[in-house]
Amino acid sequence: MENTSFVRTEMLPETEPPRSTTGVLGWIRDNLFNGVLNSILTILSLAFIYYLLSMLLPWSISPTWGAKSLNECREILGATGREHGGACWGVINERWSQILYGFYPEELRWRPTLTFFLLFVAMIPILFNMISRRMNWLLLVLVLFGASFAVENSALMVVVKIVLGLSLAYLAYTVVKTDRDDRAEQIKEGAKRLPNPLYFTAIYVFLMPWLLWGGSIWSPVAAALGFLVGWLAFRLLAPIAGNLASLILAVIAAGVWWLLLIGPFTGLMNGLAPIGLIPVESRLFGGMLLSLTIGVVAIAASLPLGIVLALGRKSDLLIVKWLSVGFIEFIRGVPLITLLFVASMLLNIFMPPGTDFDIILRVIIMATLFASAYMAEVVRGGLAALPTGQYEAADALGLDYWKAQRLVIMPQALKISIPGIVSTFIGLFKDTTLVSIIGLLDPIGLSSTIRADLAWNGIVWELYGFIALLFFIFTFLMSRYSMYLERRLRTDHS
Amino acid sequence: MTTMTDPHRESFRLSMLLYDSRYRSMTIQIVALIGFLTLIGWLFNNTAQNLADLGKEPSFRFLGEAAGYDINQMLVEYNNQDTHLRAAFVGVLNTLLVAVLGCLAATIVGVLIGVLRLSNNWIVSRLMTIYVEMFRNVPVLLWIVFTMAVLIETLPAPRDFRGDDPSATMYLWDTVAFTNRGFYIPEPLFTRSLGDIHLFGDAMLRFNLSLDLIAIASTLLAGILISGLFKKRADRVQEATGLRPKTWYWRLGVVFLPTIAVLMILGLNWGHPELKGFNFQGGTYMRNSLIALWLALSLYTAAFIAEIVRGGILAISKGQTEAAAALGLRNRRIMSLVILPQALRVIIPPLISQYLNLTKNSSLAIAVGYMDLTGTLMGITANQTGRELETVLIGMLIYLTISLAISAVMNAYNNRVKLRER
Repeated sequence: MENTSFVRTEMLPETEPPRSTTGVLGWIRDNLFNGVLNSILTILSLAFIYYLLSMLLPWSISPTWGAKSLNECREILGATGREHGGACWGVINERWSQILYGFYPEELRWRPTLTFFLLFVAMIPILFNMISRRMNWLLLVLVLFGASFAVENSALMVVVKIVLGLSLAYLAYTVVKTDRDDRAEQIKEGAKRLPNPLYFTAIYVFLMPWLLWGGSIWSPVAAALGFLVGWLAFRLLAPIAGNLASLILAVIAAGVWWLLLIGPFTGLMNGLAPIGLIPVESRLFGGMLLSLTIGVVAIAASLPLGIVLALGRKSDLLIVKWLSVGFIEFIRGVPLITLLFVASMLLNIFMPPGTDFDIILRVIIMATLFASAYMAEVVRGGLAALPTGQYEAADALGLDYWKAQRLVIMPQALKISIPGIVSTFIGLFKDTTLVSIIGLLDPIGLSSTIRADLAWNGIVWELYGFIALLFFIFTFLMSRYSMYLERRLRTDHS
Repeated sequence: MTTMTDPHRESFRLSMLLYDSRYRSMTIQIVALIGFLTLIGWLFNNTAQNLADLGKEPSFRFLGEAAGYDINQMLVEYNNQDTHLRAAFVGVLNTLLVAVLGCLAATIVGVLIGVLRLSNNWIVSRLMTIYVEMFRNVPVLLWIVFTMAVLIETLPAPRDFRGDDPSATMYLWDTVAFTNRGFYIPEPLFTRSLGDIHLFGDAMLRFNLSLDLIAIASTLLAGILISGLFKKRADRVQEATGLRPKTWYWRLGVVFLPTIAVLMILGLNWGHPELKGFNFQGGTYMRNSLIALWLALSLYTAAFIAEIVRGGILAISKGQTEAAAALGLRNRRIMSLVILPQALRVIIPPLISQYLNLTKNSSLAIAVGYMDLTGTLMGITANQTGRELETVLIGMLIYLTISLAISAVMNAYNNRVKLRER
C-alpha cells in the first residue's frame, strides 16, 4: 500500500507574529476590545471621558483670576460671550492664603511656613534611609537660610544670614566634593561624622509649638529640660539603685521638674534673658495650618500610644488587659464627633476648677485617643500574624519582655501592619476636618464662611475642588510612602 | 561539676515586688488598677465640683420636658410639644435610616467598582482606580458638604417647574422631581389599606407600624423561605441522581407571585408629586440633607468597599481558579462556586468595619442639618437645656449600642461562613 501521509522534511522559517497581536494595535485588541462586553465597556468609558473633559476643560480655562466677586466673574464671562459659563478662579486668588493659614497674622506667616518645611527636614531621617547626614544638615541650613529672608531685617539678622550662608556654602561644597564611597572610607579611618540629624528631630518637637504659638523661648526649653532631668537622674541612679527602680525614680524626678520647678525656672530665665516670639492665639489658627498641626501631632502621638494599648490588650496581666480592651472598644464604638464634643464642651469640666486649656490642645488630645484605639487594633493584627515561634525564640534567647518586644516582635509586627498604620494616619488626617463642626476654622469651616460672604455666595466647585486638592496631595503622598516603605522592608524573595 | 541543690529559700523582701517575676505582675496590675481608679476618682471629683460651681446638678429630668423644636425629617410622628427623649428617638431612627440606606448603596456600588477594577479592560480598571483614589483621599466631611452645596446650587427651585414654559422639568413620565429643596418621588398608596397599629400606646417609643407593610414583607419572606425549600429539594435530587431539576421558574414564582397578589389585593397605586402653588405636594419628599448625606457617605464608603472586594478576590490563589477550570467548570460557576465563597471569608470582616464606619460617619449629618441623633440630642437639646454632660453621655451610649449590635450581628454571620477548621 502506498504511503499517502505527508511528512514535511524541512522546518518552516520563523515568521513575524500577526500584525494585529503586536505593537499598539495588539495592545488595544488585548486590553480594550477583547470580547463584546469589553468593547462596549471601552466605548462607554471613552464616551464618558470625552463628555467629562468637554465639560471640564472649557470650564476650567476661564479668565477670572483677577475677579473680586462672583458677579464680577459673571460679568467677565458674559463679556467674552461664554454661554456655558466658566470657573470663577478669583475666589482662589483672593482666599488661598486664608485657606492655608486661617487668620494667622499675615506678617508672622513665615513662622508656620518655616515650621512646615522644618517638619520635612525633621522627618527625613525617620522616613528615608538613603539620605546622608550631610545632605540632611544641608537641607536644614537651606530651609533656615530661606526663612531668614522672610524675617524683618535687622543687624542681628544680617549676621545670622551671613553665618547661615557660609555654612550652607561649606556644606554644599563638601557634598559636591566627596562622594559617598570616599566618605565611607574616611569615616572608617576615623574622620569625624556630623551629628545625627535625629537630634534636630528631637529639638523640633519643642521647636514646633514655639514657632507656631510664639511666646517665651524658655517654656519649650524648660519642657525639654524635664527630659534631660529624667535622663540625668537615670544615669546617676542606675549604678546605685538598679535599672527598674532608677527608671521609676527618673520619671518621678522629671515629673517634679515639670509640675513644680518649671514655673520658677521660666520666670527666672525670662527675667534674665527675655527672648521670645510674638504670641499668636489659638483662635487665629485656621485652614491647612490647623489641619496639619492637629494631624501631625496626633499622628505622632497615636502610634506609641496605640502600640502600648495593643501590647496591653495582648498582655497576660488581666487587669491591664481589660482596661485596654475597655478603652479600645469604647473609643471604636463612638463617632469621633462625640469625642470632639467632649473636647469642646466637657474636657474643661473634667479638669480641676479654674483650668482652661487651649481648644487646639483639647482637640489634639481627643483625636490622639481616637486614633490610638484604631492603631492598637492594627498593631494587634500585626502581633497576631506573627508565628508563636518568634515569641518562643525570643524567650529562648533569654530576652526579657521589653527586649523581646523591641528586638524581635515589634520590628516584624510593625512591618506587617504598615498598610494599616498608614491608612489610620490618613484617616486621622482626613478626620481633622471634623473640627469645623465644633467651630474651628479648618479649610471646611473656612469654606462655609467664604460661601457666606456676599461676594462669593453661590460658589461651589472651585472652592471645594481646591480644598479637596490640598487634602489629596497629603493623603496621596502618605499612601505612596507606605507602598515605598513596604517595598523597602520586604525581606522575602518574590 | 554540678550539684543539685534546693534553691536557697529567701524570705520575702520588698524589692521582690519589683524584681521577682512571680510578684512583679501582681505589682504592675495593682499599680495599674490604683492608677486607673485614682484617675476616675479625680475626674469624678473635678466634674462634681465644676458642675456644683456652675449650679448644674447632674440630672436626666430634662428628657421628660417638652423639646420645643421642630424636626424636619422624621420617620415617626413628632411635634415640638413632645419630650426631648422623643426627639432623641426620632434622631436615632434618622441615624439608622441613613445608615441602612448608606450600607445598601455602598455595598452595591463598592462591589461593582471592586469587580470592575479587576477587569482586564485597561481603561475601565484605570477609571475605577481614579474613582477609588479620588474618594479615599478626600475627607468624607468635604464630600458631604460639597454634595449638599452642589444640590442646592445646581438643581432648579420648585418655582422653576411652574408656568407654561418651565425652565425645569420632572423626570420619568412626570413622576420624579429633583429640586434644590430635595427630591420628590412617587409614594405607594393602598386603596384597601389595612391601617396602622399603634405600638407602645403613649410611651416615648410609640410608633405606628403599617399593617400593609407587614403583610407585604411577611408574604415576601414566606416566598423566599419556600424558595429555599425548593433549592434544598433540588440539592437532594442532584445528590441522589446527579441531575439537577430545573426549578428557577418555580422559585421566582413563589417569591414574586404571592407578593404581587397581596399588592393587588391591597390596591396599590402610586401617589405622584404634583406642583401646587410654589411647592410640590404628594409623593415622598426626601430632603436635600438626607440625599447629600446618603450619596456622599455611600460613594465614599464604596471606595473602601471596592478595595476590600478587590483584595478579597485577589487573595484567592490562582491555583483555585485553575483547579476549578480543570474540573470543567465554566467561568461563571468558577466565580460563584469556588472563588466567591472563599473570597467572602476574606471580605466580610473588613466589610463589617466599613459598615460600622459608615454608621459612625453618619453623625456628620450635623454639618448639613440632617436631624440625626447628633443633631437632635447632642445638638439642639444640649444647647437648649445646657445639659452637655448628660446628652453627650447618652449619645455615646446609644452609638456604642448601635456599633456593638452591628458587630454582633455581623460577627455571627462571619462565624457561619468561617472556614471550619479541625
